[in-house]
Amino acid sequence: MSARLLEVSGVWKGFDDHPVLRGLDLQVDAHQAVVLIGASGSGKSTLLRCINGLESVDAGRIVLDGDVEVTDPDIDLDLVRRRVGIVFQSYNLFPHMTVIDNITLAPRKVARVRAAQAQDEARALLDRFGLAGKADEYPDRLSGGQAQRVAIVRALAMQPELMLFDEITSALDPLLVGEVLDAVRDLKSGGLTIVMATHEMGFAREVADRVCFLQDGIVREQGTPEQIFTDPQEPATREFLARVFG
Amino acid sequence: MVYQDPVRLALSRRRARRNAWVGMGSLVGFTVVVSLLVSRSPGWPIVQETFFSREEFIDSFPGLLKAFMLNVKIFLIAEPLILIFSLVIALTRTLRSPIFLPLRVLATLYVDIFRGVPTILVIFLLGFGVPALRLQGVPNSPVFWGTAALVLSYTAYVAEVFRAGIGSVHPSQRMAARSLGLSVLQTNRYVVLPQAIRNVIPPLLNDFISLQKDTALVAVLGPIEVLRQAQIDASSTFNYTPYVGAALIFIALTIPMTRFADWVQTRMAKRQRAGGIA
Repeated sequence: MSARLLEVSGVWKGFDDHPVLRGLDLQVDAHQAVVLIGASGSGKSTLLRCINGLESVDAGRIVLDGDVEVTDPDIDLDLVRRRVGIVFQSYNLFPHMTVIDNITLAPRKVARVRAAQAQDEARALLDRFGLAGKADEYPDRLSGGQAQRVAIVRALAMQPELMLFDEITSALDPLLVGEVLDAVRDLKSGGLTIVMATHEMGFAREVADRVCFLQDGIVREQGTPEQIFTDPQEPATREFLARVFG
Repeated sequence: MVYQDPVRLALSRRRARRNAWVGMGSLVGFTVVVSLLVSRSPGWPIVQETFFSREEFIDSFPGLLKAFMLNVKIFLIAEPLILIFSLVIALTRTLRSPIFLPLRVLATLYVDIFRGVPTILVIFLLGFGVPALRLQGVPNSPVFWGTAALVLSYTAYVAEVFRAGIGSVHPSQRMAARSLGLSVLQTNRYVVLPQAIRNVIPPLLNDFISLQKDTALVAVLGPIEVLRQAQIDASSTFNYTPYVGAALIFIALTIPMTRFADWVQTRMAKRQRAGGIA
């Protein structure tokens, strides 16, 4: 039994009277990979954004590492965000900076790492994800797959304890999905704790320690990939999977 | 090298040559017709004498150029101040925290008022009003107050340009920066503003061009800049050639600026088309 890294309990979040999360609970242990599946609008993205404080919750608690309460209104969210990395569907690289500057910006300005050291670390990460030649390119010169891997490296450069992936392959050409998923696989085998929202069911099945099916703002069913994909208990889960696998 | 079938290549070259000739011919024809119309008009000899006199031009031009240095000086002092103040105003208007409400209200009021009042009125009000107060230690030079009025008036416009630029940066950029742990200030400094400023360079250049011309408005307060000098020359000889000379000086400065602004704009449009979402 490893340590609990993330504890989400009873989280509510709505936008303009439209509830998205309705008392959602989720536990993630260190070094686990938890995959969130569910239809669009089921609350996957909103949950991820609440976890690193990009959205404030209406009710409930999100606790990181047993002692840092993300949902505490008085907490310094910048400190939380250093420990929780997030990668978005649309990459969101900074178009006016080269790849290496995109990656070293936060280490230099937030973590106060010396420029030379930040650069060395960034180059090592680029190398690890097959992007060695791209350090001095601008984002508009990258393919979608390369851009998304740079976004992953940018989040990794802050050495987060928890990594959130928000449908990171949904905007990609099908031919480029593989290289991004390879990067996630690499991180998983390196022992990073991951919470990932995805529509890639094959990948979920292969990489996840646990799969959570979200519906109407709660975790409707969760279990090992085996349980969820071969023997789902809830009718809603069955229906969702039947639609996905057609 | 892009391959093109030789027949099509020859055809497109022929077409380009023909277009060049047609354009040239049309331009020459138009110029001839207009100059004939003007020079055949009954009043032309008198107009030519009063507006395009060679001797008057030669006499007045050096003095105009010298006076124009004051316009250049006003412009060079006003422009950096306008850039700094307007950026501050624009940023103030984007602050969301309730603590800054008074600042936000002030900034909004300022922009509303100074965008609504004609620049020449601001120049009159400041240039004649403030020195009349006879305050201790306050300069009463018309150049000072004329420049101050230009700064006040233009800052309101340029602040709106900057605000539009800040608004043009997609919210996901801000979110990405914040998610990496950057503070609001750092996010503005390193992520939002560089992109915002780049997006508004063409409209900014436009306002620069406008300001170069509007330095002539300071003439109403009396300092001898180029328009005032032309006025003096014209009233002593009853010949308007100095006005034409002053116009030529402005054009000589603004046309390169305008071409440069166009060039920047097309280059940025190209880049944007080449860039994807990134």
